[in-house]
Order: sequence, then C-alpha cells, then structure tokens
Amino acid sequence: MIAIIDYGAGNLLSVVNAFKALGCPTRVTHDRAELARSRAIVLPGVGAFGAGMAKLRSLDLIGPLGEEVLEKGKPYLGICLGLQFLVQESLEHGCHQGLGWLPGTVQPILPSDPRFRVPHMGWNDVQVVRPCPLFSGLGEAPVFYFVHSFQVKLAPEAADRVTANCWHGTEIVAAVQWGKIFGVQFHPEKSQWFGLKLLSNFIRLTGEGDAYAQETPDSGFGAARWFGGAECQI
Amino acid sequence: MVLRDGLVVQSVRFKHTNVIHWKSATAVDFFDRWAADEIVVLDVSPGMKKREKFYQVLEELAGKCFVPLTVGGWVDSVAEIRRLLHLGADKVSLNTAVVRNPELLPEAAGIFGSQCMVVSIDVKDHQGKGYEVYIDRGREPTGLCPFAWARRVQEMGAGEIFLNCIDRDGYRQGYDLRLLRGVVETVSIPVIAMGGVFSWQHLVDGILLGGAEAVAAANIFHYTEHSTKKAKNYLAEAGIEVRQVSSGNHKFKDRAGSKVF
Repeated sequence: MIAIIDYGAGNLLSVVNAFKALGCPTRVTHDRAELARSRAIVLPGVGAFGAGMAKLRSLDLIGPLGEEVLEKGKPYLGICLGLQFLVQESLEHGCHQGLGWLPGTVQPILPSDPRFRVPHMGWNDVQVVRPCPLFSGLGEAPVFYFVHSFQVKLAPEAADRVTANCWHGTEIVAAVQWGKIFGVQFHPEKSQWFGLKLLSNFIRLTGEGDAYAQETPDSGFGAARWFGGAECQI
Repeated sequence: MVLRDGLVVQSVRFKHTNVIHWKSATAVDFFDRWAADEIVVLDVSPGMKKREKFYQVLEELAGKCFVPLTVGGWVDSVAEIRRLLHLGADKVSLNTAVVRNPELLPEAAGIFGSQCMVVSIDVKDHQGKGYEVYIDRGREPTGLCPFAWARRVQEMGAGEIFLNCIDRDGYRQGYDLRLLRGVVETVSIPVIAMGGVFSWQHLVDGILLGGAEAVAAANIFHYTEHSTKKAKNYLAEAGIEVRQVSSGNHKFKDRAGSKVF
C-alpha cells in the first residue's frame, strides 16, 4: 500500500485516481501508524507553501516523515508542493521553513521575457539531464503538465540531484532525485500517459507493483490500457 | 463540455437544447485518447435541483480524466469549491459569484491558491456600443467593462481567465479577436479563448491574432471524429508549439490486448 498524505491540500483525488487506474492500492492518510505500515509515501499538493507546512506541522507529520524516508529509506514522491517542501525555506508570501532535506530555497518564477506568463500553467517539455529510474521509458523530452508560480532553486552542492529541467523564460527544476527520494514540479497525475508511466515507474520502485502483478499475472498493471501490457512503448 | 442536468448539451448563444452525449464519461474517454490537453466542464442547468446528478457525473468522469479538469457553474461558496475538488476537479471556474460576492474570490484563492481559481467572463458585444460583462448564464447585465473587470479579478486572485463571447457562442464565426486581444493585453495571467470555433483556423487565429495562452471549444470537438487530435495537428502545421502525440510513436492497447486505435 502506498500512503498518500492528506494535509488538506488541493487535488488529492486526482492522485488517488491515477494510482487507481494503474491498479495500485493507496491509502489517503495523515496517521503516522499508516505511514509506518506503507511501502512508500506520496506527498501531493497544490496550494500555498506556508499553509501546507503549517498543516504538516499541526498534524505532527514532520518527524514521522523524516523517520520513514530518511531513516528507514522508504521511497518518497513529492509532487509540486511535495517537491518544494524538501528544501530549507520558501520565499512564497513571506519566509517559511521547509523540511530542509535538500539545500536550496523556493523563489518566485521570474521569466526573462514577459511573453512567459506566471503562473507557469500548462504543458511543457521536460529535459531529462541525468538518468533516473522515474523517467525510464519516457524518452529524453517527455511532456508534463505544470502549474506553479514559485520554483525550487538548489544550492550549488545539491545541483547534481537535479534529474530534469524545463524552460519557461528561465530554467526551472522539473525533477530531483537522490536515493529513493523523488520530487517533481509537474503533475504526473494530470500528464496523461507520460504521467501515468512515470507513476508506474515509481510503483515498480516501491515493490508494490510486483505484489500487484502476482495477483493479476495476465495484465501486469492496470496501466495495460495505456502501455499495452507490461512494457510502455512510448 | 457543457452539461445540463448531467447530460452533455450543445450551446448556441448560451441556449442549451440538443443533447450531444447521454454519458459524459464516454466523451472524456475519447478526449483522453485524442490527446486533449485540458477539459473544462460547465454545469449550465437552470437550477440546483439536479445538482446531485451533476456531482455523480463529475465523480465518474474525473476518474477517467488524466489531464487537468476545470469545473464551473453554480459555484458560489468555499464549501462548494471544496466539494468539487473532493469529487476530482483540479480547478474551479467562478463567474456570477465573483460579481455578486466580491469577497469569495480572494478568500478562495487564499485557501486553495490562485492556480485553482479560473474566472470565467461572459461578454456581450453591443455592436458599436462597446462590450459588457454578463452573469447568470448570459442573462443578467452587470454594467462592467470586460477589460477593467479582467484586471480586477486578476488583483482579486484569479489564476486564469476563461473568456467567452456570448454572441459568438455556437455561431461558427470564430473568436471575437478584438475582445480577446484587449483582455490579453490587460492582464498578465493566462487567458483561455472560448466561443465560436467552427474551423481549426479559428484556433490558430485565437493564438496568433488574439494572443490567447490556450484555445477552447465545445460543440466542434464533439461532432468531429479525432477532433482534438486533428486540431492539434493543424496548430502544429501553423507553427504553433503544441503537445504532439503522433500515433506512430504510441501504441495503445486495452486490457485484453486488442488495439484501441
């Protein structure tokens, strides 16, 4: 079971629906015992950084998250705000402290050309700059759906953790990875087959996919509808 | 997708008569295969009586929709926005309520974020006597100027503007480009053009001449086979960057292994 953290943020159900379409069992929760039982943790989210962190803090989830992910090495996928939470602080409407797992800050998007509008909202090409299991089978320039006004800026010593970038009048970090910790700025749950393929890669990494494949050996993932059986042919 | 009592209907100058689809989830299935980039669902029912039916339909289609889903119509409170998001909407579209209750938009943007707030603006062209914003499904004049109103809703926390011209709706003449250009130049947030598309060239015009960030249509996408795919091919040939999905690179099969397309 993959735990999807419920901290009152936006489009939780879209994430649940995507995992459901892939045939992967999930639990929407903010209970630390559930987190401990899960095989992986997904932190989705759209919304404001400060309010999101405050909610995580009031639900007393910051300690348990560190315990499960940093100490026990449980796979983590942060989507949008779930990526931004990883850094030390955010400058979105004041200064707010983040989880601090990754040296860097969250800053406003400042495109060099006014034709690039903010929020960065819509589909954009993503350049994969470093091999990452999350992007396996997706080619070098998959397309994903973005919606954000702020971006992650990593400290120089963490630059090697970037796995993908995109361009919106300025270079934007699209994905990071180190160990089993993944963060994506875009919304895989809303990026059609590229997004579903990425999520199925994550499921496979957690081992949750294997369990499911054993239950339904003929179809592999529920993703069969998109990927023609076990392998994606994109 | 314009829905009345849970059924997809045709919209002509904001009159909704012909039913196009009895099952809207089927339409979503097709748009998903035809690589539509985003789906907007508007409830234009005359009242709230069959709202439960709409919720049901919404939940069903949200389960099949893996592109952003915007939901509008009869959205008048934070509680209603929360309800729609819990049923699977990614963004909500506000219209009448923004005019009647000026506090709603800033409050909702503070809670859900601006990226979640689409403001839909319906405009009537008084033929030589200027433009005017209308609310309540194009029935009630407001006296508001669309350009000033667009700037105002941006200040109040809108993340996107969904611009519809009542006179063009279902009229097959293309977007009102003068109106579109004017709104695009007034605001810095993305503007989605809507209303009047009858050829793929109208979409190109909306982007190149109107300056829209995205172009939307309803009726034509329902009546044409492979509609959204064809529209995107046309846009690409016109030199516009679109999310391309060439069927040569993708092979999709259903569960049983037979080809879907």
